[in-house]
Amino acid sequence: MRMELIQPFIGSLDAVLAEMMETPAKIADLTMEVDGYRRKGTAAVVTFRGQIEGRVILDMDPSAAAHVAGCLFGTEVGPTEPLVRETVCELANMVIGNAVTQLNDRGFQFKVLPPELLTQEECAKAGNDSEATVLCFETSNGRVYLNIAMKYLQRRTRERSAAPVA
Amino acid sequence: MKQFEALTRKKNSEPVRYLIVDDSVFARKSLAKMIESFGGQVIGEAGDGCTAITEYSRTKPDIVLMDITMPQMEGIEAVERIVQEHPDARIVMVSSVGYQDNILAALQKGARHFVQKPVKPDALYEIIRYVLNDDGVTAAVGAGEEKSR
Repeated sequence: MRMELIQPFIGSLDAVLAEMMETPAKIADLTMEVDGYRRKGTAAVVTFRGQIEGRVILDMDPSAAAHVAGCLFGTEVGPTEPLVRETVCELANMVIGNAVTQLNDRGFQFKVLPPELLTQEECAKAGNDSEATVLCFETSNGRVYLNIAMKYLQRRTRERSAAPVA
Repeated sequence: MKQFEALTRKKNSEPVRYLIVDDSVFARKSLAKMIESFGGQVIGEAGDGCTAITEYSRTKPDIVLMDITMPQMEGIEAVERIVQEHPDARIVMVSSVGYQDNILAALQKGARHFVQKPVKPDALYEIIRYVLNDDGVTAAVGAGEEKSR
């Protein structure tokens, strides 16, 4: 996956977490995943359609999501309260929306669908030829994972048509 | 949350009335909390564009805060329909997706302004104050003047 597609998501997650959690976050790990995604905490998925297709999953330790909800509402929020799931969905919306804005302004045209809560333990891989980049952010209230699986269709088509035929 | 100088309606000094349109309960609660700090009153909420149209006609708010990406009917289409029926509607787009084409489309359909999520209360206050003062809905409040109530 091209770094130019991933970088906006890293910057966006960093900025949104700093704003919403009122605490810094640092990248703890970066891995590639070829199999389906296994949910770690409370997660939401956002899907793209257009020149870029794929999906991004925001997965948070419930304690981290509860902290964000608590910061916003000025009250303690338990990690299992429905508000925590709403919080993760909206954070996914903000992180991915901000990243998508940067990609669109760089000329990548695609549409974003509303975030959906990921309820299954495992999520199928985004496509047959897709591998996912999984970023793990460490915060003082728990871990936040961003699973990015997407491909740039137009460029791939051009690359395929330019490849020599054996 | 910081308290702002209350924005009140010029004709009767009552709080400015808001309609919040967003499919996220979290976002609606967050915006409602900001509106409270602006001295405003939330008179309606909607989770999609269709409900927003109905709620606008029912409540006739002073200002609408409208998300873009929503199920059933998206925010830009809802803006178009509301403005067709109510040309004086004051709609501020509040969305995490802020690329130029989207902003331009919303403004062309009749939205008055745009603010990107995550929303900073100071920025939203200034935009709402600008939109309302521009229409003479509120008495002019000094720019950036905040006080504790």
